[in-house]
Amino acid sequence: MGIIILLLFVAFVVCMLVLKKTNVAYENFQRCKRGNVYIENADELIRREKIVKVVRYIICYAFLAALALFMILPFYWMIITSLKTEVEISLVKPTFFPKEFAWENYKYILNIKNYQIETSGSIRFNLWRLMYNTLVVGFFSTLGTLVTTVMAAFAFSRIKFAGREIIFTLFLATMMIPGEMMVISNYITVVKYMRGIDTYWSMIVPFLISVYYIYLLRQNFKQIPDELYYAAKVDGTSNFKYLLKIMIPIAMPTLITITILKLMGSWNAYVWPTMVTQSEDMRLISNGLRNSFSDSEGRSTQGRQMAAATAVLAPLLIMFIFLRRYIMRGVSRSGIKG
Amino acid sequence: MVEGKKSVNFLRGILYLSPALILMAIFTFYPLFNTFIISFKEEYNYMTGKYAEWGFANYAKLFASGNIFRTCLVNTLVIVFVSVPLSIGLSLLIAVALNSIKPLQKFFQTIFFLPYVTNTIAIGMVFSVIFESHQGLANAIITEFGGNMINWLGGNIQATTIGKGFLDPNNAIFTPQWLTSMIVLMVYIIWNSLPFKILILLSALQGIDRQYYQAAQVDGTSKLRIFSKITVPLLSPQIFYLLITSFIGAFKEYTSVVAIFGNNAQSVGQRNNMATVVWYIYKKTKEGGTTMGYAAAGAVVLFVIIMFFTLINSIISKKRVHY
Repeated sequence: MGIIILLLFVAFVVCMLVLKKTNVAYENFQRCKRGNVYIENADELIRREKIVKVVRYIICYAFLAALALFMILPFYWMIITSLKTEVEISLVKPTFFPKEFAWENYKYILNIKNYQIETSGSIRFNLWRLMYNTLVVGFFSTLGTLVTTVMAAFAFSRIKFAGREIIFTLFLATMMIPGEMMVISNYITVVKYMRGIDTYWSMIVPFLISVYYIYLLRQNFKQIPDELYYAAKVDGTSNFKYLLKIMIPIAMPTLITITILKLMGSWNAYVWPTMVTQSEDMRLISNGLRNSFSDSEGRSTQGRQMAAATAVLAPLLIMFIFLRRYIMRGVSRSGIKG
Repeated sequence: MVEGKKSVNFLRGILYLSPALILMAIFTFYPLFNTFIISFKEEYNYMTGKYAEWGFANYAKLFASGNIFRTCLVNTLVIVFVSVPLSIGLSLLIAVALNSIKPLQKFFQTIFFLPYVTNTIAIGMVFSVIFESHQGLANAIITEFGGNMINWLGGNIQATTIGKGFLDPNNAIFTPQWLTSMIVLMVYIIWNSLPFKILILLSALQGIDRQYYQAAQVDGTSKLRIFSKITVPLLSPQIFYLLITSFIGAFKEYTSVVAIFGNNAQSVGQRNNMATVVWYIYKKTKEGGTTMGYAAAGAVVLFVIIMFFTLINSIISKKRVHY
């Protein structure tokens, strides 16, 4: 292991040195070509130019491969640790591949039925209940968000009325404000006025709106030509029907992207659900995962911890494999200045 | 554009906007003002609504010596000014490298995007396993090269600590445990923030007109010059966008800290030494009693800091960014 890394490093240094030397020659060669100067050793220079190119590619790929390894490593380590036995985990020198696949950690995680307190004092990780809670919250908040987003985007892109631009600017301005400003007062609102501790709706209602998604969908709606609307009007279609039958199908890819991002968001929601839940039965999945394994347990439960983490990540990774196109598009869209 | 009388259209517009407007009013606009007001109420009890006095007492207590908020502020500033430049620089390099290769480009792109679709808590737990003080992967690699085991997350005294030499152990904040824990946190934050940045920069790079590069090639410009004189200026809108968003994101760092260091945000044997500003705000919010005022004051401080940096960023960008 160490030798391989050392070799890679040496190779890298050699490549850099070669590159530096040939680069000078390459620049001279370029200069010569411009001035139509007769070159004595043209073949030699062309050969060097080729070397430069190859070396550059090697460096490029080595750099990318090393960093890709760094990106993958936590996933790899999580999965192999979850498959190790307790004995293998407690070895002084960690093994890079499990000697034999031990499924006991997964068996343990998947068979928990209730929240018992372990002997060590930490709470059991009740995967199925947590997953159920998260899916309920995720489903309803996504559905609600889609409704509010479509309606608001329609109003902002198609209906001309006084104050529209002001309201839209006001909405966009809130994106700059850190959410912590709102969380404090929202906590008071939900806990004191709405008595929302340990309820599903307290985790759903505050997140039924997203300015960013409204903005995204509005841009999409704006691209739909007005002629379509006039044609629909001639046929006697109502505004609502036009929105339902024409605009939504056209904007479907954006709506799918919003759905995926929103579902991923509820799967990863941590801060707010932690605040408004006290009973272990109402926790969401990230929250339950954090609470289930306390630091004091140390190495003995590492296998179970990693199995639980894998179980939490698995749905996300499956989603990523099948819907990568939508996710990447939705994310990269946010970088384009509109 | 929907046709109709002005008044009818106004009603129509408000009708379609009503769900969004009501939700925004309750959960965004009202809380914004309410938090400001709470921050000036001394000893505010949110259940009874009673408070002692109006004034800046909450702010004064926040910055009083001995308050954990000072540690939080220092930690947050360190996170912001180390992780943001590093991650933007690294993602720029990766994006340029990705853009210059043909085979395997899609493959690498997918791998570099993978950390985006993860659960912060789950991977944070993986990082705390990797950087375990004894048999963790990080220490295994270090000992392989003959180095001493590093006590990354604090706790075990036998393992040597890299910070021992130049950090005063009696210092309240900058203990050796703080340094090693901060390194772990930085690695995690950068790992977590790279995918988004790479994706943005790469899609911008792919949109650059080839002509610029061809022109530079004809002139025999060196690669380094092409990078600094063509690529970076043409990417400046995206870099600026990433700078602002990641500054804001880094100031709000919370979940990754809790994921690695637990709900108390501490290395083993230390007390809340990895706490951030947002950690403080949430802790004081949940504590109940009369601590809500501190949380609100902390949130306002965070808000002011973020606004200040966003303002500076946009002033600089006016001079530097080429649209």
